[in-house]
Amino acid sequence: MTHWPLLSLVTFLPLVGVAFIMTARGDEAVVARNARNIALSTSVIVFLLSILLWVGFDTTTAAFQFVERARWITIGGFAINYHMGIDGISLFFVLLSTLLTVLCIAASWNTVHSQVREYMISFLVLETMMVGIFCALDFVLFYVFFEGVLVPMFLIIGIWGGARRIYAAFKFFLYTLLGSVLSLLAILAVYFQTGSTDIEVALNHAFPPDMQKWLFLAFFASFAVKVPMWPVHTWLPDAHVEAPTAGSVILAGVLLKMGGYGFVRFSLPMFPLASDYFTPLMFALSAIAVIYTSFVALAQTDMKKLIAYSSIAHMGFVTMGIFAANSEAVQGAVIQMLSHGLVSAALFLVVGVVYDRLHTRDIDRYGGLAERMPAYAFVFMVFMLASVGLPGTSGFVGEFLILVGTFRVSTLECFLAATALVLGAMYMLYLYRRVIFGTITRDDLRDIVDLTPREKAIFAPLLVLVVWMGIYPNSFLAPIRVSVDNLVERVDAAQKSAARASVIEIVVPAQAATTTKNQ
Amino acid sequence: MPLLPAPDLSPALPEIALVCAAMALLLVGVFRGDGSARLVSWLSVAVLVAVLVLCGLVGIERRVGFYGMFVTDAYAVFMKALVLIGSAVSIILALRFNEEHRIARFEFPVLILLATTGMMVMVSANDLITLYLGLELQSLALYVVASFDRDSVRSTEAGLKYFVLGALASGMLLYGASLIYGFAGTTEFTELAKLFGQPTRPSTGLIIGIVFVAVGLAFKCSAVPFHMWTPDVYEGAPTPVTAFFSVAPKIAAVALFVRFLIEPFGGLVVEWRQVIVFLSVASMVLGSVAAIAQTNIKRLMAYSSIGHVGYALIGLAAASPSGVRGVLIYMAIYLLMNLGTWAVILCMRRQGQMLEGIADLSGLGRTQPGLALALGIFMFALAGIPPTAGFFGKLYIFLAAIDAGLVGLAVIGVVASVIGAFYYLRIVKVMYFDEPLASFDRPLAPELKGVLLVSALLTMLFILWPDPIVGGAELAAASLFAR
Repeated sequence: MTHWPLLSLVTFLPLVGVAFIMTARGDEAVVARNARNIALSTSVIVFLLSILLWVGFDTTTAAFQFVERARWITIGGFAINYHMGIDGISLFFVLLSTLLTVLCIAASWNTVHSQVREYMISFLVLETMMVGIFCALDFVLFYVFFEGVLVPMFLIIGIWGGARRIYAAFKFFLYTLLGSVLSLLAILAVYFQTGSTDIEVALNHAFPPDMQKWLFLAFFASFAVKVPMWPVHTWLPDAHVEAPTAGSVILAGVLLKMGGYGFVRFSLPMFPLASDYFTPLMFALSAIAVIYTSFVALAQTDMKKLIAYSSIAHMGFVTMGIFAANSEAVQGAVIQMLSHGLVSAALFLVVGVVYDRLHTRDIDRYGGLAERMPAYAFVFMVFMLASVGLPGTSGFVGEFLILVGTFRVSTLECFLAATALVLGAMYMLYLYRRVIFGTITRDDLRDIVDLTPREKAIFAPLLVLVVWMGIYPNSFLAPIRVSVDNLVERVDAAQKSAARASVIEIVVPAQAATTTKNQ
Repeated sequence: MPLLPAPDLSPALPEIALVCAAMALLLVGVFRGDGSARLVSWLSVAVLVAVLVLCGLVGIERRVGFYGMFVTDAYAVFMKALVLIGSAVSIILALRFNEEHRIARFEFPVLILLATTGMMVMVSANDLITLYLGLELQSLALYVVASFDRDSVRSTEAGLKYFVLGALASGMLLYGASLIYGFAGTTEFTELAKLFGQPTRPSTGLIIGIVFVAVGLAFKCSAVPFHMWTPDVYEGAPTPVTAFFSVAPKIAAVALFVRFLIEPFGGLVVEWRQVIVFLSVASMVLGSVAAIAQTNIKRLMAYSSIGHVGYALIGLAAASPSGVRGVLIYMAIYLLMNLGTWAVILCMRRQGQMLEGIADLSGLGRTQPGLALALGIFMFALAGIPPTAGFFGKLYIFLAAIDAGLVGLAVIGVVASVIGAFYYLRIVKVMYFDEPLASFDRPLAPELKGVLLVSALLTMLFILWPDPIVGGAELAAASLFAR
């Protein structure tokens, strides 16, 4: 199949934008204006190109599409290819990344004043890395993107962040680095096992059961930090609170999904036996994450921190769905990740709107905003309800599918997760009541302005998508379903054949024993 | 047939040419007087480049000269190329600095040429005697350049420290060599390889001899616990000399270390592996942890170089072609990153004063974005973060470690690299997150700018075409195992 190298184009076009921004000369205001314009137009073009991926996507096959392959490191036994491709699982993550980059650049239009050029460069580089992660079909390539993400994010938090930004940036970087270097060793071990760094080869390889456990744990170290799962989640509240609004949006919207994506893409299909073996652990960690962080969220006084903790809870649902390992649950997990990508991104933008006006995220400083900001109250309400999982919004679809799927595996886990739905409703509604309802008591809130047209334009696509995904999820589920079904079938087959093998192992010696006795 | 046939000198052609050129340049300097430093420096660079070409012409097939005492093969050519590049760039880096510190004397490039000759002999050593000869030729020249700023107490102290401790290490090495001779009856690597190339049970005396030589070599490449001189000498020596120390002699010492253990004693890997593993772990951990508290960037780079030697030694501990390949790739990339970093450090001057504090870099991202970007790239590369070249260095090292079953060592390595990332990031933090101070003196010296630009670009773009270095290293590593 010959076609444009569309994936490479989507991945690396942002770097062309970076090159243009770097050439911008003149005084600071001119450079800043040019940087903004170039960054926005680049990201819009990239987004439009990525739409073409969806349009041209064949929903009837689980194979990788838009595949590109080129030789990269050719010498020696350790040959690495440049191999890109997407399937139903990765398609929407690419779109999510490109969409959120556009929104982030638009959202930072007037709020970032210092070092605008560097800011825009960071976001475009970040976009390349994010898209690359979801497209890479070679482990080394994947790892380059996976770790490369840290650099721009480190700078974004550290340069444009809040008061404790340095602490948060270091914590973010070192935590995630520690996880990912362990997965590098696992990748090398996979290479020696399969003889190739190709992800497709590894996906179809049957790893020995003992090795699966070790490799699973090494990958787990890296993905669990990214998701983040309890108890390695502590970097997240710090990073979220200190990052600038757009940084939080990308963190919550895309970076957390890298962990979930890793579990679906690698851990589950490559190590089906280990996944089965560790499912109780994963369920336990997920349940703790969901319940514990919901309670923590309830106690927060900082809006961003509250949403950060709610993110951990929602991602707990995702990991639960993934390791329930049936078609409904995994589809639900993917949809939940997409939905959370949109909703949490939107919620951080919602917080950003009032933060830009009052420069505080303290919940007690607000109240009665509905009077002065009706449009804002409406937008906030929709996303808040989507986060709670109200039917008709995207949040419902994912959570429902995950609960249905998990119920088939473990009713207890399903029950624990369902309690979190109630808790989720509690902290979100509580937040909404305190910020939006009531009467205005503070003077600076009396003349607060409602959403500007720019802000409305940013929220509009998110609003449409959240409702679309809630009312007619099939447009999104169709591409996902084929890939997920294929994945789940393979996992099932592997687990069943292993079970059969172990039965034979038990039966055969027993028979041998009986025959010797009879003799 | 004559009693003593004329030795075949052709394998040593580059060394002979280099030493002759060094003498000629010494004469040029003497006749032209004090003002000739710049001329002699550039001529030295030209000589080094010419010798590099000559190395290529001598070829990569294995040839032995001087009755088996001297060898040239692909491995030697690869390492010599790195050493020559390191020396040439160091001379270029020193130009401006020496002029401004009134130590611009023609002896400097000549001494570097002589040290380089010693290093090339080390790389090509095929006999314990040649090994010692090269090592001492190198060291004597280095002791002098360390205290080249002779009116500065710091510099002379550095030179003296280096001399005293270096002499001790040389003594140990010599003692080890004599033990090896006593217990094996030969000093020639080829003969030793016949005895110990296959797994055998060696005598304890021989093992002690190997360990003593290893100690001497560990000192020269500043592996823990023989690293004590490194931070002091790096801090005290004039900055361009430190830059030189951190690349060329280190690469030569690592090259010698690898050849010494792999070629003659390849069969005794079980015996010496634990020593190397210990040196490696200790270097990585100390290099990462001790660097955290440093405030002087030269000291920081000293600890960083200790850590990097630890990573390179992982490849040696693997004792396989892929391990040696990893070492070679690692050293090549290390050379690249280090030269760039030192070029930035040499740009750190305000009102004619050289600065060495990490805090002096505050806000460089705003005052000099280009310089800050370059240093940022080098720091991420030294930390081994993709997509920079530094990542690939680590990748090939860990690849070899996993292949050799040294999983524990690899895990310690990656954990140490995360700790190490902290202090590299601290420099990025100082440059980008802290409030700016006054800008550094401008304009930057054009030669520094050139070195900066080339090394930054190569560090970033290595990912696009890694084949030349990887392929060269593959060939070189294979030549060490082909017998």
